[in-house]
Amino acid sequence: MLQRALRRPGPARSLSVLGERHKSLGRRIREHAWCYVFIAPAVVLYLMFTVWPVLASWYFAFFDWSGLGAPTRFVGLANFQEVVTNSYFWNAFKHSFQFMAGLVVLQLPTTLIMAIILNNSRLKAASVYRVIFFLPVVTTTAIVGIVMTYIFSPFNGVVNTILVRSGLLDKPVHFLGQASTALLTIIVVSAWKGFGTNMMYWLAGLQAIPNEVYEAAKVDGASTVQTFFRITVPLIRPVGLVIILFTVVGALRVFDLVKVMTDGGPFFLTETISIFIYRYAFGSAGMPRIGFASAAGIFFGLAAMILSTIQGLAIRKGGSIGARGGTQ
Amino acid sequence: MGAVLARRLHMPLTHIILIGLGIIWMYPFLWMVSAAFKTTAEMFSGGLNLIPKEIIFDNFVRAWEVAKFRVYFFNTVTVTVSVVAMVLAWTSMTGYACGRYSFPGRKIFMGAIVATLFLPTGYTIIPVFEMMKRLKLLDTLWAVILGEAGGGHVLFILLFSGFFQALPNDLEDAARIDGAGFVRTFWSVMLPLAKPILATATIMQFMWTWNSFFMPLVFTLSKPELRTLGVGMYAFVTEHTTDWTGMAAAATISLAPIITVFLLLQRYFVEGVAGAIKG
Repeated sequence: MLQRALRRPGPARSLSVLGERHKSLGRRIREHAWCYVFIAPAVVLYLMFTVWPVLASWYFAFFDWSGLGAPTRFVGLANFQEVVTNSYFWNAFKHSFQFMAGLVVLQLPTTLIMAIILNNSRLKAASVYRVIFFLPVVTTTAIVGIVMTYIFSPFNGVVNTILVRSGLLDKPVHFLGQASTALLTIIVVSAWKGFGTNMMYWLAGLQAIPNEVYEAAKVDGASTVQTFFRITVPLIRPVGLVIILFTVVGALRVFDLVKVMTDGGPFFLTETISIFIYRYAFGSAGMPRIGFASAAGIFFGLAAMILSTIQGLAIRKGGSIGARGGTQ
Repeated sequence: MGAVLARRLHMPLTHIILIGLGIIWMYPFLWMVSAAFKTTAEMFSGGLNLIPKEIIFDNFVRAWEVAKFRVYFFNTVTVTVSVVAMVLAWTSMTGYACGRYSFPGRKIFMGAIVATLFLPTGYTIIPVFEMMKRLKLLDTLWAVILGEAGGGHVLFILLFSGFFQALPNDLEDAARIDGAGFVRTFWSVMLPLAKPILATATIMQFMWTWNSFFMPLVFTLSKPELRTLGVGMYAFVTEHTTDWTGMAAAATISLAPIITVFLLLQRYFVEGVAGAIKG
């Protein structure tokens, strides 16, 4: 059928483009009845899973409600008031931002360096390396996190065994059990897990830079360092800003890894906002506090939105600035 | 950059560094697979050796039968297959209608779904949980399936819509002359042409659903027999912290399918990721 279709000259297109303007709205709707049938599932799902949840979580936030029965105890802004005065909330807020900042600092430069190395057309087996460094991305975060708790275990864990045997440590460290290392360990595991995604983004950005630019730089006698800072960095800046945005948005939502590796512990030292909210909405200790959890979610969502809007504006600006000496 | 770097760097040195890093990168997986075949005694003798002295399969039997990973595995398969099928169906249909026809309301609809890309959806799991409760779907696999299939997927709609928009009009016209209606034109003429998008969407959705943890965790809190692999794994280690080899075998069972699919179809994964940044 396809072959015939390609050979046969089609009649004038009548359905949607021509004569559209002078038909009545009712007639146009009737003509496109099937289109509405086709988008119906999307509309229903959009209302159920996007529109309603946003409206409902605002609504819930004004009630003192355990989730049993209908919300009846209207408390006004009391939940929001409690959120801003709750020290555990700010503790979790701080950890979410620490996690996000740590991840950006650790991941951004390392993934760029790896992408530059792997972008070298003369590097043999580059595609094999790409597969290796991308592999953790496709695996289940929760399961990988659990495996990692054993690898970083103070008792018989591989990391401690190696560090103690090589004399770098006197005795094993409880990486996930002490204040100084717990969050950092989660950040390192998260950076390893998501490394491949950012590396692929950088590679896509690098491949978009035309080779002629580099050839021109070579003719002008630019050094490798000069080429990197004067050509690669400014040209890849817009991609970099998008990568930062993606990393920030993803990092502020971190749940799986923290849940399975520490569950916010020890003593709430790694509790992020998502774990905090989960504890109030679904945690096993005490009655759920749906209203309070919703208020915390809205408050944090707004904070995250302000941050990503600022970044969005920076991306726009970064795109128009073009070549500027990079201090990324 | 490539040429400049190549002159400066000694390739063998680059390879030595990359291979070393690659081994560290893969180590957690190698350790996991190796531990899954070890005896508990060997595991705790503290050897760093990745090759077991004696290969045993007891750990897999224990994880599969006793720790119920058989149940978790089939739950995950059920959820993943259903979600992929549902998402492909509704995103391709929506993409087709929006990409080929300028029906009244199309712009508003597209604008609304694209807007969700930029709005933070926040902590929507609580209302979705309440909705499932009211629909009496809580404590069924349907809650997980609907929850995973329902939200977002704007990227796929845009990919399908862009693809269908670029197809020539002649195809549709010919199909109409052959007597095919709207649905048949979509199903037997247009959809088969969209194989590249179908492949990318299938792979991406398969990966997301197989790996999802949050939604299955919340929706199976009071029904252990509905757990998916990730949730089952979490429950297993909280109850049997000291069963290292059982944990390793269970993790191997859980990760093997997704890693296999990745190694066989790497190209689509990479394209999917690259498509995400362009889309």
